[in-house]
Amino acid sequence: MKDEWPLFEVFVRGKRGLNHVHVGSLHAADERMALTHARDLYTRRNEGVSIWVVRSSDITASTPDEKDPFFQPSGDKVYRHPTFYDIPDDVPHI
Amino acid sequence: MREDDHVYLSLAEEQDDARWAFGTGFEDPLHGVDTSVPDGVDPAELAALCLGLGDDALIAAQRLAEWVTRAPELEEEVALANIGLDLLGQARLLLTRAGQVDGTGRSEDDLAYLRESDDFRNVRLVELPNGDFAFSVARLLVFSAHRLAVFERLAAGHADPVLRAVAAKGVKELTYHRQYAAEWVVRLGDGTDESHRRMQEGLDAVAPYIEELYRAADVRDEVGAVLAQVADAATLKLPAAESLEGDGRAGDHTPCLAPLLFEMQEVARALPGGQW
Repeated sequence: MKDEWPLFEVFVRGKRGLNHVHVGSLHAADERMALTHARDLYTRRNEGVSIWVVRSSDITASTPDEKDPFFQPSGDKVYRHPTFYDIPDDVPHI
Repeated sequence: MREDDHVYLSLAEEQDDARWAFGTGFEDPLHGVDTSVPDGVDPAELAALCLGLGDDALIAAQRLAEWVTRAPELEEEVALANIGLDLLGQARLLLTRAGQVDGTGRSEDDLAYLRESDDFRNVRLVELPNGDFAFSVARLLVFSAHRLAVFERLAAGHADPVLRAVAAKGVKELTYHRQYAAEWVVRLGDGTDESHRRMQEGLDAVAPYIEELYRAADVRDEVGAVLAQVADAATLKLPAAESLEGDGRAGDHTPCLAPLLFEMQEVARALPGGQW
């Protein structure tokens, strides 16, 4: 079996989007080719204005085993939500 | 999640799907452009120019589409198909224009599907079989470098506003096609011994067909500089220019064109006027 190209994760910022969003993954020989492939695979219907690619192996992820200690403790801290004051109408992006 | 957080949700608005095959942009490149032939432009000359450039794109698109299910990687398959669809979009606009101004009233479909190989005006470079991937990217490099130089001139200064608009749209597409092809030529040329050998063979096989491009539109200084730069980065030798007998623009073609047309035109000829 042939050697496979490494996997890359692709993030695209949409025309009106403020941030890059993970849209999928692809195989490529290097970073430059990954950008080209991402352009061809994930922006062909006019979705994007900016692309990030990163090797999947360079991403450190939390594991399902850690789910409870990582995320449960914030479930009952209602005071961490900014719900105790009025948001002015003219403040964008909240 | 906010709606504009998701790139694909932004697709749902203000789109006209009927135009998708004209290219990767959703704007109509001919929006607001006057389609009457301007004074001082010879309609027959304009029609011939549009037909030649339209046929180049149509046949190149058909060859690129043949890579689908056969490309070395899934990602390359999509890339080659995208480039083919860009060219198909250019072909549709150019053949439509050719039919508009040549006085026959033929539609893009009439021109694409109901002509014999002798009536096609494409350069022979585009009709050659795909061969090795290296040959295909060498051909794409030469073709897109030449077409880009031609389109840049048309977009800047042609008297016909329709052709100017089509060329302006094509320039952005062709810039990417040339970049895609150049990256592969450099990657393979400057790669392993095996990839270098096959890339050089691909370039050698393309070389005899380059002069015909210059005969159609002499932009050799510009294209020659691009090819020399890419060949140098790829550690490849640019073969000396030769010239073949005959001329695709005059209807001379290799035996490779007729089978391509047979496949491309088969359904349209079996079901004349069919719609689906």
